[in-house]
Amino acid sequence: MTRDEILQQITHRFSEEIIGKYEKSDKRVYFDISVSAIVPMAQFIFKDLRARFNIASAVDGRERMEILYHFTAEDADLVLSLRVILPKSKLEVDSLTPVFTAAHWIEREIHELFGINFKGHPKLERLLLPEDWPEGVHPLRKDYKEWDPGAIRDRGA
Amino acid sequence: MAKTIIPIGPYHPLQEEPEFFILTVEGETVVDIDLRIGYNHRGIEKLCEQQTYDQVTFVVERVCGICSTSHPFAYTQAVEDILSIEAPPRAQYIRTIIAEGERLHSHLLWLGLAGHFLGYNTIFMWAWKLREEILDVMEILSGNRNNYAMFKVGGVLRDIKKEDIPTVQKKVDSIVPTLKKLRSAVMDDPVLHARTKGIGVLSREAAIDYCAVGPTARASGVARDIRKNSPYGVYDQVDWNMVVTENGDVFDKVLVRLGEMFESVKIITACLSQLPEGEIDCHITEVPPGEGIGHIEAPRGECFHYVRSDGTNRPERHKIRAPTFMNLPTFKKTVIGGKIPDTVITLAAIDPCYCCTERMTVQDLKGQKLYTGEDLIRLSQEKTDQIIAEMRR
Amino acid sequence: MRLLEKVFLKSLWVFHLATGSCNNCDIEILDCLTPRHDIERFGMLLTGSIKHADVLMVTGAVNRQCIPRIKRVYEQMPKPRLVVAIGECALSRGVFMQSYNCPMPLDHVIPVDVYIPGCPPRPEAIMAGLLKLIERRKENRAETGRENDSR
Repeated sequence: MTRDEILQQITHRFSEEIIGKYEKSDKRVYFDISVSAIVPMAQFIFKDLRARFNIASAVDGRERMEILYHFTAEDADLVLSLRVILPKSKLEVDSLTPVFTAAHWIEREIHELFGINFKGHPKLERLLLPEDWPEGVHPLRKDYKEWDPGAIRDRGA
Repeated sequence: MAKTIIPIGPYHPLQEEPEFFILTVEGETVVDIDLRIGYNHRGIEKLCEQQTYDQVTFVVERVCGICSTSHPFAYTQAVEDILSIEAPPRAQYIRTIIAEGERLHSHLLWLGLAGHFLGYNTIFMWAWKLREEILDVMEILSGNRNNYAMFKVGGVLRDIKKEDIPTVQKKVDSIVPTLKKLRSAVMDDPVLHARTKGIGVLSREAAIDYCAVGPTARASGVARDIRKNSPYGVYDQVDWNMVVTENGDVFDKVLVRLGEMFESVKIITACLSQLPEGEIDCHITEVPPGEGIGHIEAPRGECFHYVRSDGTNRPERHKIRAPTFMNLPTFKKTVIGGKIPDTVITLAAIDPCYCCTERMTVQDLKGQKLYTGEDLIRLSQEKTDQIIAEMRR
Repeated sequence: MRLLEKVFLKSLWVFHLATGSCNNCDIEILDCLTPRHDIERFGMLLTGSIKHADVLMVTGAVNRQCIPRIKRVYEQMPKPRLVVAIGECALSRGVFMQSYNCPMPLDHVIPVDVYIPGCPPRPEAIMAGLLKLIERRKENRAETGRENDSR
């Protein structure tokens, strides 16, 4: 399938869910989509278009959170990114883990580093941070402040 | 039968992400595996937001010592994607040479350790001796054995001198005869076949579901290589082949990596002979607001970087995904159903952190049995000895 | 004590502990074992169990999750024992100084005898550091006539 066919199929099928489309270059296309559309769109791209799930990146935009789901369509040499925008008041999105296993770890990582809740995730536990890390402190948020009074931040010289 | 829980880890003195495995076994058979990572989490993504674009190159170099060109390579690709520029041709060639040198030394390192876990310490010593030649090459080219510091947004920091090329070429060529010897040793040895064939099979469907990358996916018949699918550097200007095998077991993963080493030698040779004259840097002064994605084929698979710029001199967000992040969860498919002595090599086959096997502890639930990592490797090596003894009969 | 010290310095067994490193130092330690460098000619051997070890080689920018485990490993080590910090991360945390997950350098967690700098230190540097450590212990013993360090 060529690049144009892929893009045309997506825009045709999800014309209502797509809020915005931005073609950065031949190889990189970004879609802004509504929060509820992520599962059907990811399913379509992964199962029907046979694209590979790369990873999801969460971005703290101060007023809102964004999650970008990156997919690679290997035959067409195209990286598709689906952008979901979440208001700070309701950080919740449907989990993709039931659709493909590859999303399992990254959703756990985003959950602990950004505090975004993934509905329907089978095991939303801590992945990277230590056991004694305080609950509710998410280090990759922009408003993160040092919480440990015992931390030493000089070279001791 | 009573179930036994075996904790493995958490220290892995070798590779990128130390993890803690909890194996549940029934007798000799592994019935479940759980993973706990985070022993190596250093918050690099947050650190990158505090550094300038030039400094980030050196921070991401220290994500992983073995992939110390892959991460800067992917990062520079991502920032160049924001800028919509490409590095000058000579810089592209130099980048490709360094990246392939890294692939050679990484695969040799893996081969040596895989040999060690199976009880073939000769392979360990030979492979690591060969690896020294590659490290010499890297030292000639970059000035350091690891952490090459060659990359820069918009080019490379250091040029390859004309008078170095013959030495480099000679050193790279010198490993080929020994590599061939190693390959024929692996292909002909019936004991190795008995130990690795049909062990730790990752099916094609599972590889796709887990989105496995790199040699792990290619051994399962998924023809997936960023160098071919989305050429960067000069991979589209030199002649090389993607190595793909069908079975997905440990033996095929060895074959893929062995094959890739020969391809790497081919790529380096071609790049050195075609190296064009010209600039090595395009002198970027500022990065406009925007977002960019860079992905490249690291020795272990696709390495993915996403960079968001807000127009200042620091990235607003920098997402790093190392290949092992996608490959590690496949353990769930490959280890379950196998035997304890095979666990070591199955875990090692994905080229994750071997380190785990150096410090494993096996403990019975009631605390009656206690094995250390040495014992697990010994179990693995004893199995090899048994097979040898049976074959002699 | 003299005999113990003599035997101790004759053949040091090394245990290697990574505490959130990037693996470069760890590979260079393993490199010391391989044919070109061959650290075994000095009687040193990499061991897989802390209970057999004389020297604890620590690499990496001490990670929050590792701190209790480093202490536990150190307590399990038989005396006399030596601790060697390898690489810039173990010395001062290097580029990871501001990281939220690396709160303190290694020598605030356990006492350190030798610091080997470098990112990563070359195998030659690691060997030189260890040999210096042995020489130093020998000199100390010659001066005071007894072992002055009970650690």
